[in-house]
Amino acid sequence: MSAAAPSKSGFFDCRDSFATTIEALAESDPRIVTVVSDSVGSSKLAGFRKKFPERMVNVGIAEQTLVAVGAGLANGGKVPFVSAASCFITGRALEQVKADIAYSNVNVKLIGQSSGVAYGELGPTHHSIEDLAWLRLFNNMKLIVPADPWQTAEAIKAAAAHDGPVFVRVSRMAVPALERPEDAVFEIGKSETLVQGNDATIIANGTMVHRAVAAAKALASDGISVRVVNMATVNPLDEAAIAAAADTGAIVTVEEHSVRGGLGGAIAEVVSTTSPVPMRILGFPGFVPTGSAEWLFDHFGLNEAGIVDAVRLTIARKK
Amino acid sequence: MPSPATPLKNDLVSDIAAQALWIRRRSFQMVYEAQQGHPGGDFSAADILATLYFGVMQFDPKNARDPKRDRFVMSKGHCTGAFYSVLARAGFFPETDLSTYMEPLSALNGHPNRNYLPGVETNTGPLGHGLPVATGIAIAGQMDKADFRTFVLTGDGELQEGSNWEAALTAAHRKLENLTLIIDRNRLQQGAGTEDTASLDPLDEKWRAFGWHVEMVDGHNHGQLLDILSASPRGRGKPLCVIANTFKGKGVSFMHDNVFWHHGVPNKEQFEQAMRELV
Repeated sequence: MSAAAPSKSGFFDCRDSFATTIEALAESDPRIVTVVSDSVGSSKLAGFRKKFPERMVNVGIAEQTLVAVGAGLANGGKVPFVSAASCFITGRALEQVKADIAYSNVNVKLIGQSSGVAYGELGPTHHSIEDLAWLRLFNNMKLIVPADPWQTAEAIKAAAAHDGPVFVRVSRMAVPALERPEDAVFEIGKSETLVQGNDATIIANGTMVHRAVAAAKALASDGISVRVVNMATVNPLDEAAIAAAADTGAIVTVEEHSVRGGLGGAIAEVVSTTSPVPMRILGFPGFVPTGSAEWLFDHFGLNEAGIVDAVRLTIARKK
Repeated sequence: MPSPATPLKNDLVSDIAAQALWIRRRSFQMVYEAQQGHPGGDFSAADILATLYFGVMQFDPKNARDPKRDRFVMSKGHCTGAFYSVLARAGFFPETDLSTYMEPLSALNGHPNRNYLPGVETNTGPLGHGLPVATGIAIAGQMDKADFRTFVLTGDGELQEGSNWEAALTAAHRKLENLTLIIDRNRLQQGAGTEDTASLDPLDEKWRAFGWHVEMVDGHNHGQLLDILSASPRGRGKPLCVIANTFKGKGVSFMHDNVFWHHGVPNKEQFEQAMRELV
């Protein structure tokens, strides 16, 4: 899958990767359909609609029916990709996600678009920094938070190939393509180590991964060797990578999500019950004040300087 | 002169009546033994379920996920006494399994689970989930130009859930002729009458206004139910809503139209009296 066109100086909108990938998959798999709630444009699915007008269901502004129709389409043999703003497809339709998709264990792919604080100034009603905490409770649902265009494309392909419920959290925040080996493969439940290091480990996902890499590079110039793990799958977690991270003696997690119950919470559950080491969880404390997404990242220390500080503080607590 | 078909239909109606009686007796025994359940709604739905499974739907219980099967979605998922009884009677699993109702590790949970039991299409229990899922199934059938029909049974109090009306819009917009909604209109919800809680009347006008074709039937008249539900739904360009007027607790004198029996459970004397009446 070729990466989407850069939006600005090497930065990409991962929704483009989602759109080109789903169109390509639909060419070869007639079971693939899309379901939207007046969310064609925000899901970048206008191209899909043009190519496959009979294979898109637009239920209107009705998220409960959006998710339930996905369950019904799966019952009828389709592989539905149900796509809407992450705040609504999760929060507004949470009981449908629980009962109709997860508990029923049906082959539906939920795509949470424009997740995190991408809708910055629009405020917490439109932020989706609770979605992973809510969905993580559904033990059989795979949760993927891709970090760049390549991983978004691979996550969508993996979701289509997996028989069962999957949630893919897609961002509209511009991110660079990460440097990784030519033969890199994406597998649900497997993390990737982007930077090697032994003094501490940063575990991040989504839009925070490239910031974590930048922080590790800055720390390396000070002689501090920090590992960076891209934990794109939040459920199931790559527990072996977490155990290896604990061996470095200090863990900092970074996510575009609440600090309650997301990636950091999930990792803390593993670390605290297996090999406890000092940890710091970077994210949002809860409802955030008015500001652009970039301003919010800076305000809450979700940037290179904030991550560097958190790593230093955590290393200082090492036993 | 009766048409040659009439004796056959009479035989079918007699069989449906016998199955409905069996469902009532068996489900009440399940509720009595488990000392849990929703027998009032089991009884209001028993005749609808018997008509669907023994007179209307096409399915093979030994191939429960046959893509060509007619689908039935039990939106009033709390009425598992009747639902499990009809599934077992129709051959989806052994009738002896019914005696495990609500026991630890039983496949017969208080609300149906498709991963436990063949014949269950989607996991229900929270109300207002069945019609939206059934709408999705019907859309899949429409996309494939498939012949199967999708039936969904809701309670009436359940229609207070807004999700039903979201799905009503989509089903009418997409002209889902292959979708049939049956409303078990017993006029009682858990705590009181529907009209004393959040009024639904005039219910037929609401569904017509949403673009559905509406039929009203006596939900305990097997002949009427059979005629309406087995007639071809095609050609109208609309989904079908059958408002089945029923009574909660139908079939047992002391339960008839009595809100207590929404989730009331019988003692020994009540159980024995009910068994004497259900003959």
